[in-house]
Amino acid sequence: MNSFAKLTSVEIKLLLREPAAVFFGVAFAPILVVVLGSIPGFRKPVADLGGARVIDLYVPVCAAFVLAILGVAVVPTALAIYRERGVLRRMSTTPVPPARLLGANLLAGLAMGLVAIVALLAVGRIAFGVALPRQLLGYALALVLAAAAVFALGLVVAAVAPSGKASSVIGNLLFFPLMFFAGLYVPREAMPHGLRQVSDYTPLGAGVQALRDASTGSWPHATHLAVLAGYLAVFSLAAARLFRWE
Amino acid sequence: MDVIEVRNLRKRYGDQVAVHDVSFQVAHGEIFGILGPNGAGKTTTVECLSGLRTPDSGSVRVLGLDPRRDRAQVRERVGVQLQESQLPDKIKVREALDLYASYYARGTEWQALAGELGLTGKLDTTFGKLSGGQRQRLSIALALIGDPRVAILDELTTGLDPQARRDTWQLIERIRDRGVTVVLVTHFMEEAQRLCDRIALIDSGRVVATGTPAGLVEKVSAEQRIRFRPSAALDDRDLLDLPEVTAVEQHGGQVVVTGTGNVLHAVTSLLAHNQIVAAELRVEQASLDDVFIALTGRSDS
Repeated sequence: MNSFAKLTSVEIKLLLREPAAVFFGVAFAPILVVVLGSIPGFRKPVADLGGARVIDLYVPVCAAFVLAILGVAVVPTALAIYRERGVLRRMSTTPVPPARLLGANLLAGLAMGLVAIVALLAVGRIAFGVALPRQLLGYALALVLAAAAVFALGLVVAAVAPSGKASSVIGNLLFFPLMFFAGLYVPREAMPHGLRQVSDYTPLGAGVQALRDASTGSWPHATHLAVLAGYLAVFSLAAARLFRWE
Repeated sequence: MDVIEVRNLRKRYGDQVAVHDVSFQVAHGEIFGILGPNGAGKTTTVECLSGLRTPDSGSVRVLGLDPRRDRAQVRERVGVQLQESQLPDKIKVREALDLYASYYARGTEWQALAGELGLTGKLDTTFGKLSGGQRQRLSIALALIGDPRVAILDELTTGLDPQARRDTWQLIERIRDRGVTVVLVTHFMEEAQRLCDRIALIDSGRVVATGTPAGLVEKVSAEQRIRFRPSAALDDRDLLDLPEVTAVEQHGGQVVVTGTGNVLHAVTSLLAHNQIVAAELRVEQASLDDVFIALTGRSDS
């Protein structure tokens, strides 16, 4: 096994040894689908929602939840701790540059997220008859872009946070507005018009709508994909500029 | 052949000059000490050696290579244990060794290294559960895992208990016996005196002295002090008549003789001649601490 594969497998093991990361990053979203799906009213088609059920709307929101918690809380905190404790510094004395550790950590977080999203789609389908994404390619594209944008935002958090604790606080502060606009508290469909327009231009508002469109069989709207790509570009640049290795 | 050559190294952070002017050479197979108080510029110096920082001016050569330009080769051949660089709490010793071995083209059999460092029984323990000494041993193992020609060890024994410190010293001697040139950064004078073949004494970013520990001590103070309790009364004058003796003090039955050269032999010969037995005989020599104070005029080692 080469060093990057080894590094990634170690990073996955380390993530799995953090009970909080496993609970919030992997288990929580599928459990949320079960909890919401258990509310009888959420399983009835609603005329105002174009005949969709509330649970149908919440499955993409739960997918966004996975990206947000891993992207801005779990992964950046791990990276900030690595910097704080000199793990990156130690690595920079070896032939393998510490950027690989960053890459491995992101990959481990994404792998965990993928497991959680596959699990919540399966739970939604099996337990509550939520249709699997009909426009699979569009869904994959929306998911990849949304994940990339949110994880890039997480890198900015890891870049500016002076410590693991600070990173965790910043990550949690970011998590709530991200998820508010994604429709965790009020689904986007139930948002007032103005709020929904704002939501369209937030990473996970655009992300959830793109996932939702692909779920129902249409190609994600170009505006939403463009918003995600824009955030990805801005956050990546900022992270690359701001990131310090020690 | 010099393994490391540092010439007129200078490094500034903002308007803070960390290293003013540092030069030294390290020969193959030496344990070379970089000694000085906290904040003297030791760590910056070794960071320049390791290629982690670019000097503002001066030159650094390690194994004939430039640590910045020949970054990849230097990292393959120089093992570094930096101050305060830890590992993730949840990583197991086995995983850390296996992972770091994969970073190097010539990764050693880490099992043998783990055995040599007494880590075999701890392979399944996570880093967070290791004691300070065990962490330090793992750190050394990771610095040696690429089978380096040079090992740079920064503040290796800070925070260790006396037993762990002594064990670490033996370990460093074993590393040298494997043919690895060791650069040891420390602010413990005792450690440098005990371990190092040669020392560069650094203060406020400058080398104030270079040499063997004994040579440095001799340079500063050639005097030795001998204390003993004679079995019979002893006349100060008999002692002062010896050419090697410079001063004599007596109080409470204890004699303190200060002198130079082979003063110990002169005094013991005199005692033997007078059939006096010296009880509780002690010879005190200046230590590196004294050297440091003499050379810097300060006592905060």
